[in-house]
Amino acid sequence: MSTRPCAVVGVGQTHHKSRRLDVSFGGLVREAVFRALDDARMTMADIDAVILGKAPDLFEGVMKPELYLSDALGAVGKPMFRVHTAGSVGGTTAIVAASHIQVGKHRTVLAVAFEKQSEGNAQFALGSGRGASLGAGGAFAPFIRAYIHRSRAPEHIGWKVAVKDRLNALKNPYAHLRIEDISIEKVKASPMMWEPIRFLESCPSSDGACAMVLTDEQGGDAAAADGRPPAWILGASSRSEPASFPGRDPVRPAAALQCAADVYNQAGITDPRRQIDTAELYVPFSWHEPIWLEAFGLADEGDGWKLVEDGTTELGGSLPINASGGVLSSNPIGASGLLRFAEAANQVRGAAGEHQVDGAKVAIGMAYGANSQYFSTWAVGRSLQPFG
Amino acid sequence: MPSRSEMGRGGDIAIVGWAQTPMERHTEKSETQLLMDVISAALAPLGLTRADIDFTCLGSCDYITGQAFSFVSNLDAIGAWPPKRDSHVEMDGAWALYEAWLRLQEGDIEIAVVTGSGRSSTGDPSLIYPMEMDPYFLAPLGADPLTFAALQARAVIASGIADERSMAEVAIRSRSRGDVDALLAEDYIREPLRRHDVPPITDGAAAMVVATGDRARRLVERPAYITGFDHRTECHNPSFRALDDSPSTRLAAEAAGLGDGPIEVAELQAAFTHEELLLADVLDLGDDVSVNPSGGALRANPIMATGLCRIGHAADHVMSGGHRALAHSTSGPCLQQNLVCIVADTP
Repeated sequence: MSTRPCAVVGVGQTHHKSRRLDVSFGGLVREAVFRALDDARMTMADIDAVILGKAPDLFEGVMKPELYLSDALGAVGKPMFRVHTAGSVGGTTAIVAASHIQVGKHRTVLAVAFEKQSEGNAQFALGSGRGASLGAGGAFAPFIRAYIHRSRAPEHIGWKVAVKDRLNALKNPYAHLRIEDISIEKVKASPMMWEPIRFLESCPSSDGACAMVLTDEQGGDAAAADGRPPAWILGASSRSEPASFPGRDPVRPAAALQCAADVYNQAGITDPRRQIDTAELYVPFSWHEPIWLEAFGLADEGDGWKLVEDGTTELGGSLPINASGGVLSSNPIGASGLLRFAEAANQVRGAAGEHQVDGAKVAIGMAYGANSQYFSTWAVGRSLQPFG
Repeated sequence: MPSRSEMGRGGDIAIVGWAQTPMERHTEKSETQLLMDVISAALAPLGLTRADIDFTCLGSCDYITGQAFSFVSNLDAIGAWPPKRDSHVEMDGAWALYEAWLRLQEGDIEIAVVTGSGRSSTGDPSLIYPMEMDPYFLAPLGADPLTFAALQARAVIASGIADERSMAEVAIRSRSRGDVDALLAEDYIREPLRRHDVPPITDGAAAMVVATGDRARRLVERPAYITGFDHRTECHNPSFRALDDSPSTRLAAEAAGLGDGPIEVAELQAAFTHEELLLADVLDLGDDVSVNPSGGALRANPIMATGLCRIGHAADHVMSGGHRALAHSTSGPCLQQNLVCIVADTP
């Protein structure tokens, strides 16, 4: 790209829970923001602009909450921008924030995303506020059945993903679900929700927020010199496609393929399976792991499930996926995408703690939204030229 | 990278055309249908089709539409097949333009389409807008937009920036009708506001085509270059603000380079008469500046497109022979958040 370098120098998130009754909306976002600022060794005074992402305002019943949150986010006197691209919004928020730096508009930008789902009825809003909703699981189950039909994947693949991500979550102090005795048997015995998706193959509904400090080359270099390696953005892209028409393939959406190709092209990634060390993929239902492994070129078409089967995507495997526990373990919807981007950044910063993937130099974060229509992805690296 | 970009004011990016729907009190058309029409209307004179669009950014608001994820179906209107680089802001289309302006400066693409759309007729503003307020301390009061506007109008009048007569004159000029004495003889609807001080309820949409410099110059004879663009927010609670001032507008205008030269036209998103007088005062607009020649938000107020229309009218001024114009957009109670875009006949 002909743009200026951009680095992630601070990441913060809340403890995600079903109900964060201990904090207001403002308190929730500040918890993530202060962690990100502390991580970046900055204060709100260092921030030039704030970019806020969240999913539909109907989730909480507060219209355009960035107006009310201007004070809590330290945005007074600054630009405050609000993104909403359905479930991909957290990812798009990071991309829009980066854009400000990549074109030289600002030096340092704060990206924030949150959802406080306990304040409302997410399933109602997910049905466009019309009621009688199938919920997200009902919308995605047909795609999953189509994937299983095409790939001939055995049914335990979904259970394995569910167990893996919950085991990873036990290494992430911020994760919502902490199921100590998670097992294949337990997943298999959980209630069927939307055939073939069982309860324990589904994401939770969380209250939570994520924040990220992005800065320019000078800021990234300064952090590195201070012994705090930044994550450098190697490529970023968003793609959208319409909901439904003959010929559309929601199992292998063209928007996902193009989004991946765009990012890999910018990043100089020609062999994703080999060059990417770890990925945070938006997996709200277990089967989305093999689906996205294939759409994002980390596995050949029809082979994604085999990387689950042989343990490749486990934390100790050669391509760990969702080392953080992923959306299956924490799902404040509007923030879930930014969490993917942030966890990818933390992996290449070597800042992922107990769920660190050893030696991760290149990672991707990915989010998707609506009826598998909106895709946002970035690739981040420990350096700007990770491939030499 | 152009020198303007070094100053953080943007590269060589220009508006090359825009279109708006008929502005109606109520339309039976969906937002998607409105956008279908208006995107086609914006592209056609340029000889472009949807296939030429490299990036789209839509501005709309679920609470205005009355449905979560309302913007998703608008992908049909932009023709996102093959898939498009795309984004959506829960803000006026003016901010969608801001995102596109940044995106085009990345230099890898040439043409963006931005939209703003809203059908206010389907809801009741007095029920919807309280939900925009601080959910703990302000929303429960249930104060509607007229109430907050009246509070600000009182402050603006008290500071001597406006009086009821000058407000009526703004209404008459915007709507090209009425008589000051007759208007001032009417009852208040929320003192000091009368019916003429208040915007209409409007359904409508606007679409704008933006291009990088070289492409813009090939598309039209006189592109409207975006030479400055900035937006700022303020403290949310109106009672913590000096309502007879708009520091965020002043900051945005300074950052957008308003002082770099004279402007001929200012299109201000002033839904209430006193807002126009306050904004003109804050921006220190001289008598030689034509304010809201389009009639502004007092003539047509398609919420979520009103600001983008201001930029469109400012661009029209430049594309039809003018040199430099300012457009303004706003969001939130009592002008909480403000955007300034300056367009000119040279980059």
